[in-house]
This record gives sequence, structure tokens and C-alpha cells, in this order.
Amino acid sequence: MRFALCGSLSLNGDDVTAGTQLEPRILICGEGALVVEFGNGIDPVTNNRVYALAAAVEAAKNNSVIELTPTYRSLLVQYDLELSSVADMTGFLNDMVTISAVSTDDHDDKPRRIYELPVAYGGAHGEDLDDVADHAGITTEEVVAIHSGTDYRVYMLGFAPGFPYLGGMDERIATPRIASPRVRVPAGSVGIAESQTGVYPVASPGGWRLIGNTPVSLFNPNAHPPVPFLPGSFIRFVPVSSEETKRIADQVAEGTYRVHMTEQAE
Amino acid sequence: MDALRIVCPGPLSTIQDLGRPGYQRFGVSVSGAADRYALRLGNLLVGNDQRGAAIEVTIGGAEFEFTSLAIFAVTGADLSPTLNGTPVALWETLSADVGDRLSLKSPAGPDSGLRAYVNVSGGFDTPLVLGSRSTHLGARLGGIEGRASEADDEILIGPVTNPVLPGRRMPLDLLPKYGGDILARVIPGPQDDMFDSDATASFYNSTYTVSDKSDRMGCRLEGTEVPAIDGAHDIVSDGVLSGAIQIPGNAQPIILLADCQTTGGYAKIGVIASVDLALVAQASPGATVRFERISAEDASALARGRMATLRNISFDEPTSGTVEFEELRREYDLRVDGSKYHVEITAGVDEGQTNAIVNGIEYDVHVHPGE
Repeated sequence: MRFALCGSLSLNGDDVTAGTQLEPRILICGEGALVVEFGNGIDPVTNNRVYALAAAVEAAKNNSVIELTPTYRSLLVQYDLELSSVADMTGFLNDMVTISAVSTDDHDDKPRRIYELPVAYGGAHGEDLDDVADHAGITTEEVVAIHSGTDYRVYMLGFAPGFPYLGGMDERIATPRIASPRVRVPAGSVGIAESQTGVYPVASPGGWRLIGNTPVSLFNPNAHPPVPFLPGSFIRFVPVSSEETKRIADQVAEGTYRVHMTEQAE
Repeated sequence: MDALRIVCPGPLSTIQDLGRPGYQRFGVSVSGAADRYALRLGNLLVGNDQRGAAIEVTIGGAEFEFTSLAIFAVTGADLSPTLNGTPVALWETLSADVGDRLSLKSPAGPDSGLRAYVNVSGGFDTPLVLGSRSTHLGARLGGIEGRASEADDEILIGPVTNPVLPGRRMPLDLLPKYGGDILARVIPGPQDDMFDSDATASFYNSTYTVSDKSDRMGCRLEGTEVPAIDGAHDIVSDGVLSGAIQIPGNAQPIILLADCQTTGGYAKIGVIASVDLALVAQASPGATVRFERISAEDASALARGRMATLRNISFDEPTSGTVEFEELRREYDLRVDGSKYHVEITAGVDEGQTNAIVNGIEYDVHVHPGE
């Protein structure tokens, strides 16, 4: 079931890396939810539009909106069906798409928010760093330099509390998953799976190649918000020594550690 | 402190309320009672807010001991509940004495449902985590340290704000009918266009069987395949919610339930109408499910109607009862229609209007001479 959208959006398709830019569609997702879909790929332009729409919906302070779930290429909007209807909510989201399209055009001037995550690479902190280097045919120092030399877009959080879906890893260090997943991967493990990189927020089973570990807690239910960085921003991995990571871990335990954030023009 | 002690948790007993909305953008699942309707009705029976936390008991094999007087109700699946070995009614407000043992044995029959809810007046008072007491086992959040109940756990009971007397019965027309051949109404979308007319017809015209691989994350079905066009079942992950019907690469539907993740990468052919989701959540392995289309507007109307019904619910209250006794005393232990009452007169024990504490709750009572 579909609703046509009124109005069209100007697209800045310069740095589209994947997927197809579509006219935004508002789709029904059950009786109390609509999903606004901007495309079917993983690319920064589409993702920017998702977060611009989420920001517009939040700014509108529509009290029938219960929950927003932004993803790579769509925004799921759950609403109170005693306060709104499919037709009213579709109209509201149409307006928000139009408003946020304007702000997306301005978005290029907005600075990137880059959160710095300290990572101890290799050794006991990242048992598979040697394997990744072997696979890439380079040294472990080069793997670390490549991995920490890129700012990764947090496309969305999902799968588990605080788990960031990151984009932008250099293909040179892409490595297949390990053949037999580990029963327990420690919290904070930084890993590579194919051309993706990510961080395990909590200890869990997993098959990613582990290259390092961050002492920063990626999910704390007692903090507001419960995650150190919001989706739509960027992460930069900063290599630190074993000693430094212990010091930071102590600060994290004391609740005194703050993730360093810088703003940088896009 | 008022509490309920877990004697035996059975295969899976967890603390659940109406879940933890508002944090899906951070990857936090909503979780909460798999059968929210049964939870709401249970809370209403014991005088709680509909959102109160209960123990969700799966399949049975569980036993609990009241460490204080309590008003309680068992709703949801018929797991043959007994109090000190004597069968007690579902969907009814009951009272328990210190040391009483509530047992949930096993489903009374194939159509009894899967999950029962033990609600107490005052609600279970485990810590709020991100606004909810619900347990999410995968993320180890909420409930008792994020885990399932274990023997000897003592779960605190919160203060009673709206005291009720035992004997309340849920109106019969509000009771759900679990099991049998479940007809679940489906709102098509958001990826229904990934299935051609043949696959869509298969989905709506077939009868599916609930697999034993189902859990609180999802109800897995087996039956006629629902192939996506060109076999492309995967999508770029987007937001999901409970009730959504995913069709993964094996072309067998999975209905997402309370503990589902926040995002998913399989095509969703439709979403179950919320008024029918409880029946799916209560479906035992081997139960059958059929699907029927409904519009979002019609499903909304059903959901609004149900919420209004619950808001305006009225019970046949057993508020006025007459109890005969030989002499005026300060304390009585009475048994009326199988329920136990401990009555303590707090003001004067003479004839006329006075105050009494009945099962820990203060009431006005009238004492007058009989024939």
C-alpha cells in the first residue's frame, strides 16, 4: 500500500556510492507506523536526508509521534493511533519531507561531528590483527594507519544496544569473517567483517576479525542518551597504548571519561 | 518487604511490562510482554496501571511463594494454576496468604496458549531501566539483572495505590480464545511489492504451522513458500517492529514478537493487526495460522476500540459481602468462596461504622448484629 508524495526534492548526487536515489515514498508499516523511504542503497546523501527528516520531525514536536527509528535509507515513524490517523500522519510526514529537503540542501555547510574512540590495536586487544595484515599483504602498522586514518559515518545504530553500523572502511583492509565464530567476543572489540568495520558494545558471540579494543562504553543504560555518539555523526579510531587504554578504562569506570568530539567542515 | 519468592522458575520466567519504547534509535529493543493484552487485563484485575510489571511464565513448570499477603491474578495461557495444590481460576482477582504457593504446571490442552502472566496488586518493583522493567535477555537489560528468574529470587512488590478485593472477574466477552486455527489479520506493506501475485496468493491462502524454533523474538512458521521476485529477499536493513512478517531467503514467514531487534534486513510482506498479535504470541508449536488482509484504517479502528474497552472496563465487584461471626474480636481469619481474608478491625470493635484492614488494605466496614 503506497501513498504518493507531493512535491519533489532536489538531489545532490555527487558523492553517491551505492544504491538508487528514489522519490521519497511513505509506506504503511502496520496500523501505527509509517516508513519514509529515501532510497534502497547505502550512501551518505540518502543517509543525510534520513537524519534531516528525523530532526525536522523532532523539531515539529508533534505529540502523536511515539518513536523514530532512523536507518541507512529510511525513517520508521511510530505514532499514537488514538491521537492521529494514517491520513493525518501521511500529511504531516509529507510536510516534514519538504521542510527537511530544504535543510538537506543546506547540509553541506554543516560541520561533521567526529567522535574520537581510543583503540588499543593488536596483541591481546585484537588477536586477528596479524591475519588482517597477512590477508592485505601489508604490515600491522599499515593496517592500523589505514583503519585509524578514516572517519567512519555512523549510518545507524541497531542489531544490539549501541551497535554502530559504520560506513567508509578502506577496501585494502577488507577481510573475511573467521571460519568458526567465537563464543564470546569481549565488549569494546573493534572488528572487521568483509568491507565493514564495527565495535561490539557488549560481550557477545561473533565472527568478526578482531583488530583492537576500545575501553569506551558504547552503551550505558544509566546515561542520557545511553550511547556516546548519535547516529548521523562520525567516528574516528585513535590508536592508544595498552597503558593509556587502562587509564581510560579507569576513568570510564569512575564515570569521568568524556568521548572527545570535534567539528569539522564537510 | 512484600515480595514473591521464586521456588522454581520453569523453562522461562521473566519480568515484563509494556516494554521500553523510545530507544530503538539506539538499538534497544522494545521487549515487554509477548501477549500485551493478557498483561493489561491482569493489571486491571489487581487494580494496577495497565503498564504494571508482571511475571511472564512460559509453558509452566513454575512455582512461586508469597512472602506477604497479596492480591493477585493469573491471565494469559491456561497453565493449570493451583494455590497450595488447589486449582484456582484464571482471569480472576485472587488473594494469597503468607507462605501460599502458586504453581503453574503445564498447558491444560493444545489450545491453552503458551505464556501466562502473574500480576500482583502493586506490581513487581524491579528497577526501571530506560523507563521500563521489561527483561530483554539478549541485551541483558531490565528485570532481575537482565536475566530470567532463578530459584530463590525474591521479587519485590510495589506499594498498592488502588486496593481491590478478590473476586473480580473479567467479563467473559473480553477473554481471548487462544489456539485452534488462528486467523491473523495483516496490514500489507511495507515491502509487499517484492512479492508477485502468485506468492502473495500463496501467503494469504495457505495455512502455516508454528515451528518449535519460535521464541520471544519471533514466531517462525512453516508451510507454503512465499518467494520474493527474483529470489531477492534481502533489503538494505530498515526499522522493524513487533508484528512485522519477514520473509527471509527460505521463503518461510517469521512474525516478529516483543524481543525483536530494532532493524532487519528481510522483506516484510505485512504487519499483523495489533489486536491479533496476542493470539500469535500465544501460539504453541504445531498450532496453525492463516492470514487475511485488513486495511491500516480498519486495524486502527479495532485497536482504538480495544483501548477504549479497557479504559472503560467495569467488573462485577464483590464489594459488599456479609460475614457471620460469634463474637466481636479484633482479628478474624475468614474463608469466603475459596478466598482467604485476614480482617483486622482498626477502630472501635463496637457495632456501627468502623475501619478494618482486609488483606493488608484499609476499608470502611459496618458491624451490626444478626438475627
